[in-house]
Amino acid sequence: MLLRDHQTPLKRTPLHALHVSLGAKMVPFAGYEMPVQYATGILKEHLHTRRAAGLFDVSHMGQIALRAKSAAPEDVALALERLVPQDILGLAKGRQRYALFTNEIGGILDDLMVANFGDHLLLVVNAACKDADEAHLRAKLSDVCVIEPLANRALLALQGPKAESVLAKYCVDAPKMRFMDSGRRTVAGFDCFVSRSGYTGEDGYEISVPAEQAEELARLLLESGETQPIGLGARNSLRLEAGLCLYGHDIDATTTPVEAALEWSVQKSRRAGGTRAGGFPGAETILAQFGNGAPRRRVGLKPEGPAPVREGAALFVDSISSEQIGAVTSGGFGPTLNAPVAMGYVPTPFANVGMKVFAEVRGRCLPLNIAPTPFVVNAYKR
Amino acid sequence: MTTLFTSDHEWLRIEGDVATIGITDYAQSQLGDIVFVELPKVGRALKKAEAAAVVESVKAASDVYAPISGEVLEVNEAVTAEPALVNSDAGGKAWFFKIRISDKSELTGLMDEAAYKAHTACETRKNK
Repeated sequence: MLLRDHQTPLKRTPLHALHVSLGAKMVPFAGYEMPVQYATGILKEHLHTRRAAGLFDVSHMGQIALRAKSAAPEDVALALERLVPQDILGLAKGRQRYALFTNEIGGILDDLMVANFGDHLLLVVNAACKDADEAHLRAKLSDVCVIEPLANRALLALQGPKAESVLAKYCVDAPKMRFMDSGRRTVAGFDCFVSRSGYTGEDGYEISVPAEQAEELARLLLESGETQPIGLGARNSLRLEAGLCLYGHDIDATTTPVEAALEWSVQKSRRAGGTRAGGFPGAETILAQFGNGAPRRRVGLKPEGPAPVREGAALFVDSISSEQIGAVTSGGFGPTLNAPVAMGYVPTPFANVGMKVFAEVRGRCLPLNIAPTPFVVNAYKR
Repeated sequence: MTTLFTSDHEWLRIEGDVATIGITDYAQSQLGDIVFVELPKVGRALKKAEAAAVVESVKAASDVYAPISGEVLEVNEAVTAEPALVNSDAGGKAWFFKIRISDKSELTGLMDEAAYKAHTACETRKNK
């Protein structure tokens, strides 16, 4: 049970010693030794984040500064638009946006956050993809851009209804920021990049801090009685309840933005008829799907019974059919709902709220209802 | 009455030809918060080592294997109704099911409490 052989040496984040001192159970994740939970356990960590504030170490994620060689802000924006279907030119200074690196077949190479820092863009990418993303950027944009991975910075996420009041003690600007604002801020005297965003569905912030100051900042943020450290286990159950995709599971190189129900992330200027329509990998496929729909679609799934339906479970039209129509890509127990929740792909004709599909779990067929996401109401401060 | 243990972290309380079976406190501490338990049907003939029950935490599902062969006589509906009982009283109120032992010789490979404690101490070291 729970045994793992460490074949390759795992990397550690600047907060490793803090995690261990806080009693974290450390597990391998995307090449890093990461806290999956602390002594209180995933369930309590999840509920605490929804009720007060949770502090997450997400330093394993990649932070990349992208600059134009010309130093002109529009050049770096236009360069990145060659790789993503998002409007980067229209992203105002001090703002952040969700984006997707696409491939030639319209699939997703990674999902990321892009922030406009004026003279450069700051990209935050998934840990498991960061080396490939950096290589992709170098291969495609080196003609006009300088790509600088910020390897000496940690990344903390402070999430939950008390995040604002906790951070305000160390950063006067924190309450003034609104959802998806992003920029350089002084936090407890440290030179940080702060965005009002996260991966839990709660209000909150992500704070990029120099590695050597990360532990001191984390300890300050934990000092308030409101904040508890939260591991990757609760990070996953929180994002699942919030209906947010996990790369490599809910989206990957074979799922398009339209199939993944991420149309909202593609602004009008990049769609057919837009001022800068297309011009990104897979544009033909993706823009055609905007017009004609896609054969399958990612949906929220609520099991009718108490049994969690997990990733990989095959989906069927009814309890006697043997023809698989789709699969669950993320599934588990939602502590806030006190019920199982899941998401997965079904043929588009089934992708309507209220329709029912069946999942095979341990040889039995369990009914699930197609449900709207997020499963819990977002608490973003827009 | 004897209590025996398996290397898969189940306990068996033997009374005559009936065994009451559950998972150990060590197992529940490793699994974390239990949110779902599925038990076998009464009357099912279990073969040693086949999947008999399921425990699920927020993170993952784990099978509970039949430590010995036998017919299921009774299941504990209290744990399916309140899975968290497994976290609070794994070795007591949160028993899973009772079986009529079909072959007592299968008990010989099982551990007593001292041997099981040594086994978990070893696993704890390996997990570190």
